[in-house]
Amino acid sequence: MELLSRTAQATAEELSAIAGVLGERTEQSSPRLKRRGASRRTLLLPVLHALRDEVGYISEGAVQEISEQLEVARADIYGVASFYALLPTEPQPSTTVHVCVDMACRFTGGQRLVDDLRETTGDGGEGDIAIHESPCLGQCENAPAAYIERTGDSRFSLTGTTTKKILESLKSTDASSPDASDATNQPLRAYSIGEAQLLRRIGIPPKLASYGDFYALRAALENGPEWVLENLEASQLRGRGGAAFPTAIKWRGVAEARESVRYVVANADESEPGTFKDRLLLENDPFSLIEAMVIAGFVTGAQKGYIYVRDEYPLACARIEQACSEAVTAGLLGNQPAGGDFSFHIELRRGAGAYICGEETALFNSIEGYRGEPRSKPPFPTESGLFGKPTLVNNVETFANVPLILNPKKTGAEETVAQETGAEEFIQVGTEQSKGTRLFCVSGACEYPGTYEAPLGTPLSDLLEEAGATESARVLLGGAAGAFVSQDQHDVPLSFEDTSAASLTLGSGAVIVIDPKADMSDLLGRITDFFADESCGQCVPCRVGTVRQKESVARIRTNGSDPTELALLDDLDAVMTDASICGLGQTAASAIRSARHTKIFK
Amino acid sequence: MTATIKINGEECSVSEGTTLLSACREQGIDIPTICNAENLSPVNTCRVCVVEMEGSRTLVPSCSRQAAEGMVIATHSDRVRRSRRMVLELLASSVDLSRSEADLLGWIDEYEADSSRHSSGDNLDPPATVAQPVKLQDSLYVRDYSRCVLCYKCVQACGEEAQNTFAISVADRGFAATISTEFDTALPDSACVYCGNCIGVCPTGALIFTTEFELREAGEWNEEQQKVTRTVCPYCGVGCNLELRTQDETIVRVTSPSDHEVSHGHLCIKGRFGTGFVKTEPDTES
Ligand SMILES: Cc1cc2nc3c(=O)[nH]c(=O)nc-3n(C[C@H](O)[C@H](O)[C@H](O)COP(=O)(O)O)c2cc1C
Ligand code: SF4
Ligand code: SF4
Ligand code: SF4
Ligand code: FES
Repeated sequence: MELLSRTAQATAEELSAIAGVLGERTEQSSPRLKRRGASRRTLLLPVLHALRDEVGYISEGAVQEISEQLEVARADIYGVASFYALLPTEPQPSTTVHVCVDMACRFTGGQRLVDDLRETTGDGGEGDIAIHESPCLGQCENAPAAYIERTGDSRFSLTGTTTKKILESLKSTDASSPDASDATNQPLRAYSIGEAQLLRRIGIPPKLASYGDFYALRAALENGPEWVLENLEASQLRGRGGAAFPTAIKWRGVAEARESVRYVVANADESEPGTFKDRLLLENDPFSLIEAMVIAGFVTGAQKGYIYVRDEYPLACARIEQACSEAVTAGLLGNQPAGGDFSFHIELRRGAGAYICGEETALFNSIEGYRGEPRSKPPFPTESGLFGKPTLVNNVETFANVPLILNPKKTGAEETVAQETGAEEFIQVGTEQSKGTRLFCVSGACEYPGTYEAPLGTPLSDLLEEAGATESARVLLGGAAGAFVSQDQHDVPLSFEDTSAASLTLGSGAVIVIDPKADMSDLLGRITDFFADESCGQCVPCRVGTVRQKESVARIRTNGSDPTELALLDDLDAVMTDASICGLGQTAASAIRSARHTKIFK
Repeated sequence: MTATIKINGEECSVSEGTTLLSACREQGIDIPTICNAENLSPVNTCRVCVVEMEGSRTLVPSCSRQAAEGMVIATHSDRVRRSRRMVLELLASSVDLSRSEADLLGWIDEYEADSSRHSSGDNLDPPATVAQPVKLQDSLYVRDYSRCVLCYKCVQACGEEAQNTFAISVADRGFAATISTEFDTALPDSACVYCGNCIGVCPTGALIFTTEFELREAGEWNEEQQKVTRTVCPYCGVGCNLELRTQDETIVRVTSPSDHEVSHGHLCIKGRFGTGFVKTEPDTES
């Protein structure tokens, strides 16, 4: 029996899309299939993206061709493609409109927009336009939002949008600026309470000329890796991606790892509903991320870095690509950055529509060309991460703090470099256990939604006041994986320790403001849908538990609650929180639990 | 190197690197497992084997967590029992477990998992299940994924842990995740070589011999009348062991002992399915 019987042929169009990523096909005699260790498997997601972008979907013929070229089994490739919401395995209309139905967009009529668009376009019928409901698109400060994919053409975001605007943008032939509501021209909505640190460059064109030199990198090169590590330690910086882990411990862990091949990864998957601060940084201050990553490469000895950006951020992708090539040209990235005796290269990777790929180990699997299923920990990434090698993974905002800590002189002249560092200045801001500022994503029922930089420890009520929210507004803090804040907790200081003491979490920094008159029952239903949709499906507590939770909440919404139903919800909460593999399942009951505690949901 | 750990208050010393599951079993403590198999590496996805570990925020899977000096473990606390009961309840309410291994059915009773709690009133959709049509695509074996708990064992056995054919993978995600060939292609058109190793590891009867399937569907499957004969596969010189299960002198299922040093429970198409000759009368005419 032939191991690789040819089942279908790729078309010329598909072959060209594939060659764009894999190069021209070299003749191979009966390729051997390997699961682990197929050396080019990491190109799987990029090649699947090329097919989606250029052909519209991933066909059997294309899978056959990729299988032969990458030495990955057809069933495996199908398993990977079908994992991701944005990699269809069936032919698609030429245009797909993804309309956000989460949180802020839900409050501003996202669901109505979907219904309306379906009616006007015929959804996949003659109009050749498909309408998809989408989880949060990370554009909440300009809700409602849509993300549009046009096969063989372009991908772009529309914000503050309406049916009319969407349809008009599709008529436009100039794909690069489809419409005034295109995200390229959206209001930035960046504010700060106190002096802006992380946001100080927002609004300045994201060009190297305006960023200036990589002063922090030069300081690092001059003073050595240990100096950087000591400064990070002194700064007490903790991760901004959700888990709040001390950043210096990770950096040192990788720097002192036994294996010599190491990686640096920037987590720019930002898919927690209500979170958009990383997008603001990626689009408007890409160089601080790049500089921080080069410093990380210098300190950890990694020669390669990846930025994993969610696919729904095409503008961020474009700006990062642009910034990387500017940095390479300027000699600040690549071989011997800033004259240092090392090399560090950055590769941009696109997600493909999966919230779970923000979980660090799922993200590694995704880059490696596997299904985005989290791995079990231990081992932790610093020991065995990307490609099984010691890996430093940090959130975009965490990285953005690093140049700040190493070099407080904002656009400092050469002479001041390396004299003093910002660690001391950094710890002046914040609380006992939470140093520095934090970016909060305020969205929903308030006058001035946007990204707010505020010192850690700022009372929630101050933030709400700045954003023009009413006092009676409800707040969901930390996103779908977060918790509702009860009315008497509104003055909670936004620090890691204070929120934790109040059974809350800062999480991703999402502050979702909800009109007290809003349909809470609908929102809770949506939250339970979100987790059931986004579960990777690997472990039983989450795969089945999220579905049972959704059903139970639906029963309570229809029939009212009773003690049996609530006992069931408690049991589901216990098994998901206690026995799930990763943070998705472990937090899937959090919002519902807090809704019960705060009597939003009885 | 040995490590001293405490299990349910009793100190014991185990060699470092053994799993908590083996450590517990050495102490005679019974812990349920579904996705774990002695001839496959742990995937720790079912979570029925979880135990409580001091210092850990969540429960930990005993099948994959390695023992380390000073660990303090509770294997049957209320918290542990609650999670196990719920895992079993979640499975029993969404998957047809009626043909599962006896152990699994036993744990459902032992932990008092009550799947009926998840049913809905008349005015709502019934609770989701993984029910789907049986795949009868050839004369050798049947795939009935309405019975699949997604333990990943068949994918491992078809892949690098035994067969290296990679005919099947997990496709889709979340509750829709299912074991599948590429594009759900029928098995004869897929890369499958019919080694049957996936059948050998399936704990729920989702993958069974067609002979067994037909008898069961006809209501004629009768384990009391069945005999298991251990023998060596006659086809080649490797020496794989076979366990032939027969009913009324007909071979209804062929397995291989997972602890056998040659075959580790895995066979090829000949040993697994090539048993037709056993009942063929010698051709006396020629
Ligand atoms: C379901 C899930 C989704 C996550 N999504 C993100 C994300 O989009 N961005 C992010 O930085 N971290 C995310 N995380 C946290 C990461 O696993 C990881 O902790 C983080 O990237 C580490 O960076 P930090 O130390 O700088 O915070 C997610 C975690 C889980 C469990
Ligand atoms: S908790 Fe959910 S998302 Fe995480 S591994 Fe389990 S099934 Fe996947
Ligand atoms: S019979 Fe063998 S080759 Fe076919 S799916 Fe099962 S394990 Fe894979
Ligand atoms: S078919 Fe059987 S072996 Fe395969 S995942 Fe399902 S239950 Fe496990
Ligand atoms: S037996 Fe340990 S998780 Fe399944």
